[in-house]
Formats: sequence, structure tokens, C-alpha cells
Amino acid sequence: MSATAQRPEDLMGLSDEEFDTILEIMGREPNFTELSIFSVMWSEHCSYKSSKFWLKTLPTDGPQVIQGPGENAGVIDIGDGLAAIFKIESHNHPSFIEPYQGAATGVGGIMRDVFTMGARPIANLNALRFGSPDHPKTRHLINGVVAGIGGYGNCIGVPTVGGEVNFDPGYNGNILVNAMTVGIANTDKIFYSAAAGLGLPVVYVGSKTGRDGIHGATMASAEFDDDSADKRPTVQVGDPFTEKLLLEACLELMATDAIVAIQDMGAAGLTSSSVEMASKGNVGITLNLDDVPQRETEMQPFELMLSESQERMLMVLKPGREDEARAIFEKWELDLSVIGTTNDSERLVLTSAGEVVADIPVPPLVAAAPEYERPWTATPPREVLGHDAVPAPFDLGVALLTMIESPDLCSRRWIWEQYDHMVMGDTVGRPGVDAALVRVHGTQKALAISTDCTPRYVEANPFEGGKQAVAEAWRNVTSVGATPLAVTNNLNFGNPERPEIMGQLVGAVQGMGEACLALDSPVVSGNVSLYNETNGAAILPTPVIGCVGLLEDVTQRMGAAFEADGDAIFVVGETTGWLGCSIYQRDMAGGSAGAPPPVDLNTERQNGDFVRASIAAHQINACHDVSDGGLAVALAEMAIAGNVGADIDYKPAIPVHAWAFGEDQARYVVTTADPASFEALAAAANVAVTRIGRVGGAALTLPGAEPISVESLREAHTRWLPEYMASR
Amino acid sequence: MTAAVIVFPGSNCDRDVAVSLEAALGHAPIMAWHGDSTLPDVDLIVVPGGFSYGDYLRSGAMAANSPIMREVIARANGGTPVLGICNGFQVLTECGLLPGVLMRNASLKFVCRDVDLRVERADTVFTSQYTKDQVIRIPVAHHDGNYFTDPETHKALEDNGQVAFRYCAADGSITDDANPNGSLANIAGILNTAGNVLGMMPHPERLADPLLGGLDGAPMFSALAEAIAA
Repeated sequence: MSATAQRPEDLMGLSDEEFDTILEIMGREPNFTELSIFSVMWSEHCSYKSSKFWLKTLPTDGPQVIQGPGENAGVIDIGDGLAAIFKIESHNHPSFIEPYQGAATGVGGIMRDVFTMGARPIANLNALRFGSPDHPKTRHLINGVVAGIGGYGNCIGVPTVGGEVNFDPGYNGNILVNAMTVGIANTDKIFYSAAAGLGLPVVYVGSKTGRDGIHGATMASAEFDDDSADKRPTVQVGDPFTEKLLLEACLELMATDAIVAIQDMGAAGLTSSSVEMASKGNVGITLNLDDVPQRETEMQPFELMLSESQERMLMVLKPGREDEARAIFEKWELDLSVIGTTNDSERLVLTSAGEVVADIPVPPLVAAAPEYERPWTATPPREVLGHDAVPAPFDLGVALLTMIESPDLCSRRWIWEQYDHMVMGDTVGRPGVDAALVRVHGTQKALAISTDCTPRYVEANPFEGGKQAVAEAWRNVTSVGATPLAVTNNLNFGNPERPEIMGQLVGAVQGMGEACLALDSPVVSGNVSLYNETNGAAILPTPVIGCVGLLEDVTQRMGAAFEADGDAIFVVGETTGWLGCSIYQRDMAGGSAGAPPPVDLNTERQNGDFVRASIAAHQINACHDVSDGGLAVALAEMAIAGNVGADIDYKPAIPVHAWAFGEDQARYVVTTADPASFEALAAAANVAVTRIGRVGGAALTLPGAEPISVESLREAHTRWLPEYMASR
Repeated sequence: MTAAVIVFPGSNCDRDVAVSLEAALGHAPIMAWHGDSTLPDVDLIVVPGGFSYGDYLRSGAMAANSPIMREVIARANGGTPVLGICNGFQVLTECGLLPGVLMRNASLKFVCRDVDLRVERADTVFTSQYTKDQVIRIPVAHHDGNYFTDPETHKALEDNGQVAFRYCAADGSITDDANPNGSLANIAGILNTAGNVLGMMPHPERLADPLLGGLDGAPMFSALAEAIAA
């Protein structure tokens, strides 16, 4: 059969081999609708065919894990019958084409993934990567993405509490928009997608289906070229108001016991949701497409199945509960339509106008989805640079001011003031420092959440960079006093068919895996975004980590602001002055080069556990992790946050610029009123601490530099972004 | 001494203000659904923040025409205190309980941050626990908070002492820099002529818990609790 079958001209992104497999599965030539379904289900975006082999190597278990990867989002136990449900997801390609709607629907999609599982979303975060500020599109993209994230999150009423933003020419043709949502559910009220049971009604709820976003998943699985703007019709349009209604209606129905299974319609819409539910429940599903609520006329079966219209859910209900569900959805002015039933055929059968328009066996559609162990080449190691390889600035203070004013280190206030970060009344730690801290409503608990990745480290050494992304997120969560519990990851890379790109992915995943194990923070959910390239130029490898931690008593939270005059300032962790791949080197000394700072996971763990214990023992008054820009930048940020200066009188044995701007890992700056006890605790824990100065005054004085007033630090820190965005 | 919070499709600060009311009153308020055309007997009505009906058409315009608002208008005219916060303020202007409109912010951007407010009236049921000219810190979070009205109405507002709060600098001075949205005369909140209806863009419910960074919003809820208990 396969040898003689007519091969369609357009394989919709499938390879010849993949098409042959389809012929074998079907035993005949697939019709257009069926081929469309295979095409999206086997797209990189839906099938993870290039990354699955490596993703399986990540640690995903732990006593805190209720649900690891494979459902709509990961679920962890936070005690007292409560669960945190979270995931991060990319919307890179649509956001580059249409930044407002691309970013908005990214936020909408990730929130649905979380409330599908029974959780009320309590926090949104965003990891954003833009091109060079000099690039003509960058300002427009920032404006659109920030407005889109705000427009969606503000309206639905879930606070946007944190995230990160980087600029690099590597993202000129392909920005990254990764959105993370964290929600809270009762552990006995978590909803899954397996449609177990026969003869059950399959119910469609939410917005009507239109022609938007058709083949969006396929678009997200290919590179861009100069004509990428022509792909605008594949971008979905979001309606946060409808999502708010859908959220409330779903949670109201979930409070009953009418739902057997529920799955949001995200990428590949009705196709992936129905296949997912049938496959996980080992059942067949028959859908009558005539019953799908439609907002356009004469929609074809493939359009109905591939539409990525937003704000829709597919549910399987217990028999006889349809009217109860309908009453709730009607109250919220949403459509509810019974569009099919489950059966024992294990086939997806679609009918329209009384005719069968598609009939596909579900198990091979899922199980035979391609999985490639693509060839890869390891990123060649780079030389470790000595202190003298990176020249000193002519003036340390001027260098610091220049750095904290730079695009990558300046204040992000211009962005987060456009996000409602306080709605829901539980934002204890507002945006701007370390991890965001959100109270679990009605309890003393709080979740600490941070997203992190340092792409220039990953580019230089994917393995160390992968480790570092986990370590930094873990460190940020630790800095506020919380215990990191688990992570979600968003792997953003270029074209995996190029061995050097695949090598970046492999190295980063291996590094992440090691760090997650060492730091007891398993991966419970995630997303992979490949083909982030335009005209053959790939982005910097950007494996973003979102870490969630628990603080049992929110009143014990730790801040990063300098507090009391006279407090002693310590650095926790060893400072060797590692300048390779540092911000200082990149921005002030000729460009990123050399090996990035290595992450010693044992030290990371030991130092972090010590800092957390010191916070719990009320030994310290302020704590901030040391990352981009090194010690000097961390000190400046603490001074700005507390509106009080510091006198750093330590005499480093290494060149002072290396000491001030080196980016050695596993470090924190802490302050204490009782240096003797703190040093004793550190000695007992076998943790290296160095006393470097004291809090006080109105200026920050670094070794070998003139005092810099906190006011001028603040001015430098807050100047660039608003001025840049206001200019043309 | 009961309060009602009106819930429209798209309201999203209804729970937040209910928390503040419960803390002040000692019991939870009634949550009244937009589609109901009757309200139980209550001593205070709060129209909360959010994006009622998605803010489609114009902020507050569709909510102003929902069945429950007819009842809210009747109660307000009968003297029941009505507090509209943010989107609630927009609804109260759209339904005619308060004069003027809330246009798009002058920056054209959504703005969420703490602002300083000068208390212009401390002799109302809402503000009796503040003092006149006191500077309080309360967050704003809105896209359409740019208060505007015609010169005659503005003059009447000022002459009648209907301005309850103005955006101000930390020292209480009324400056352009302190104005987050371009509002006429830095107006942040206004009263009706009878003084029983207050609309304000800032969110007092967001700083009524020390863990959230301040307590300046709490006196409004305790003042209301005291007033309706009396």
C-alpha cells in the first residue's frame, strides 16, 4: 500500500519517513483532515520529538511531588492539604510576529494549564529576552510584549509578580517570551486529563471556535525567515475577560464532583486535547463537529480541529451531570456543548453532516509519534581566564555606575509598574529583588518564586550554564528564607537539526539534571521551544528555570534591603574574582569570552542551607544573592532598596575589579547585628564567610573608590529603561 | 451592620475588599451578583475594582446598566453609603451617581504603584479616621484613571468640597509629578453632594495588612464599620 500510495504535495511539515509511518498506521492514505491531525500531533511543539530522549534523563521524583511532567502542569505538596501547581511555557514565535497578542495569549495559555488542574492561579512571572536595544524592532517589541502581558494578567486579576529581562543581539530576530503561572489547589481536588470511562459525555466549554491560530503549533516548529510577518494569521487573539469567566466557571464546576477529566485546548486545539484525553484514558472518542460552537461560517473539519482559538476547555463529565454543568456555564455567560462521547474503540472518530470525516487509531497516533536521538556535538570548552586577561577600569565607581545603568542590570520598574502585581491581596514580596513572595490565601504560608537563566554562560558551556540556571533560581528562593521544592523548565534553543545546537540542548539538560538532583529540586513540568532562529542565526541557548519554594511562616521572610546602621556585612561563599563571561567583561572590557564560572553543587547546597538556617534563626537582617555584576552590583542593589549606604573596608588579595565584579557562584551578601555569632555559626557549618564592611551613611564606599551616594546609585539604576522607551 | 460587595463578570478585587471588610466588620460581607435585581437590607455597598465586562465599550459602561445597579442607585439616593474603588469608581460615574469621567491615563499605560494621597475631607463616613490634609499611601492599579470633567462641574466639586482625595507629593503638595494618570486637579476620589457616595481610583484594600507593606487603607474600613455600627 505505502509504495503505491499517492504522496500529497504538501506534507504539512512531516518528513517522508513520518508519512510512511502514517500510511502503515492508517492502512490507507489519510485524508486531508487526518493528515492535518498527524501533522500537528507530530510537530516538534506537540511531540517533543527532538528533546524527549534527553528530557527523560531529568530527575522528576521526590516526596514533595504529586504530579511530575506529562500533565497540564506539575503539582507539589506544600502541606496542610494544599498543593502548588505550576508550569512555564514559551510563546516566542507568536510574540515576535505580533508582540501584544503573542504575549497576551502566552499568559492566557499558561494560566489555563494551571486552572485546568483545579488550581486558582495566584502568581504570574515572565522570562523575557529581547534583541539589542539598538535594533530597530526592539523598542516596539518591548512595548507590545509588556502591554500584552499586562493587558491579559491585569484583566483576569492574577498578579504578575516577577520575572527577568535580558538584552542580546542574539535575540534580534527571535525574542523569547516565557510565561509561568503558579496556582493553589486542595490536594484532594486535583483534576487530570485521562478520560477513563465509557459512554461519558465529552463537553466543550468556553469561547466559540474561529479560524485563528490554525497551524500555530506547526509555525512554532520551524525557523523564521524574512517573510515571517506573513505568519501573522497563525497568531491567536486573546480575550482575558472570557478567560476570567472560564476560570470562575471551571472552579465552580470543579467544586462539585461532576468532572471526570478536563484538558485545556492549547496548541493544536481540539485535536491535541481530545487525543490526549482519549490516550490517557485508553478510550475512544467520537466527536460530532457540527456541535462545536463556531463563530465563523462554513468552517471545515480540519479548521475546527486545528483552530487555536483561545479560552476553550474540553471536559468529560459523569453521565447525567450535563445540566448541572450547563447551569454554571450559563451563569457565567459561556457556551457549553456536548460534542461527543467516549467509547471502547480507542479511535478518534470525527463526524460532520452525518459523515465520518476522520477515523484515526489513537494509540499509534500517540505512541508512534517520532522520537529522534539527533546527532549532536559538544560545545568546545573555553579557556579559563586569569584576572589579568580582563583589564581593570580606570575608575571602579564609574564602572559600577555604568553597569547598574546598563540594559541588563538596570531597574525593571518601568516594566513591572505596568503589571498589576498586588491584586488578590497576597503579594508580600513585590517585584524588583530576588524571588517574589506570595502568601497562600488565608494561611501563614507563602510561595517564593523565581525565574532564572544566564544565556551567556550556557553559550560558553552548556553543562555549567544549565547547572547555573537551576542554582541561581534556587539561590533566589533561598534568599527570601524559603525552601526550594521543585522547578519547571523552558528550554529555548535554535534548530535541533544542527548538531552544535543539539549539543547545547544536551549539555544544558545534563547540567540541569545534575543540579536538580543535588539541590533536591526535581523538574515537575516544562516546555521546549526549538527552531528559535531567523535566517539561520540561532538565539543564545536559553534554558530558563522557574523555581518554587515554600516559606511556612510568611512573617519570617527575609528582604534584600540594608536595614540598620552598623550591621556587619558578610559575603557567604568564596570570591575568586571569576571574570570570564561576566557582565563586567562583556560590557566594560571588550566582550564575553573565556569559561563561565563553574557551579560547585555541594558548595551551592551547603551555602544555601546555611543561609536559610541563619534566616530561620533570626541571625541576619538582609540577604541578597550575588549574580550578574558580582558583589559590587549586589551591594548597590541592597543600598538602593534600603536607602542607606555601606562602607566596604575589606582589602581584597586579588585585583579589586575582579573582587568587585567577578561572578563566582554560590554566594550571598548578608547583614547581621551580631557578627560574632554569625561567624561561629558559619564555622560550625563549614561555610566560608568574609566580613567586608558595615551598613550606614548615605553612600556606598567600595575598596579603592570614591564614595558613591545612594541617590546617584538610584538615579543611575532607574534612568535607562524609561528614557530608552520614551525615545524614538 | 452588614455590607454588600457587588460582583460583576470580570470583577477581580471583590475578594480583596471582602477581606478588608471582614477584618473591620468582624463578619463577611454579602457578595451580590450583577444579575440580581434586588439587594438585601445592607448598611454599606461596595462596588469593587476589576474589569467588569472586560471594560469593553468603556470602563464601567456595561456594568452601570446591569440589573443590580438600579437597586444600588436607589439605595444611594436613599442615603446608604456606597464606595466605588477603581473600576467601581468608573461604574459610579457611568451610572450617574458621581459626575465626570475616567479617561485613559495620560501616559497611555497601565500604572500599578503606591501613591501619596492628601485627605481633603475627613468628615465623611468613609474618612472620619483620617485627618484633613493627612498624607496617606495607597496603591493605584489602573489604565483608565484620568479624571476629567467640564469647568462648571469642576468648580461645583471644589465649591461643594466634593473632592475627597488628591494625588500629592510626600509633603502633601499638589504637583504634576505626583499625578500618576493626568487627573484634573490631581483628583483621586470624589463624593456626591450628599456625601454618602465615594468613588476613588486608589485601592485602600491593598494596604490594610502590614505584611503587604502598609496600613494606610485600614482606617477607611474601620471608619465605615464604626459608622454603620452606630
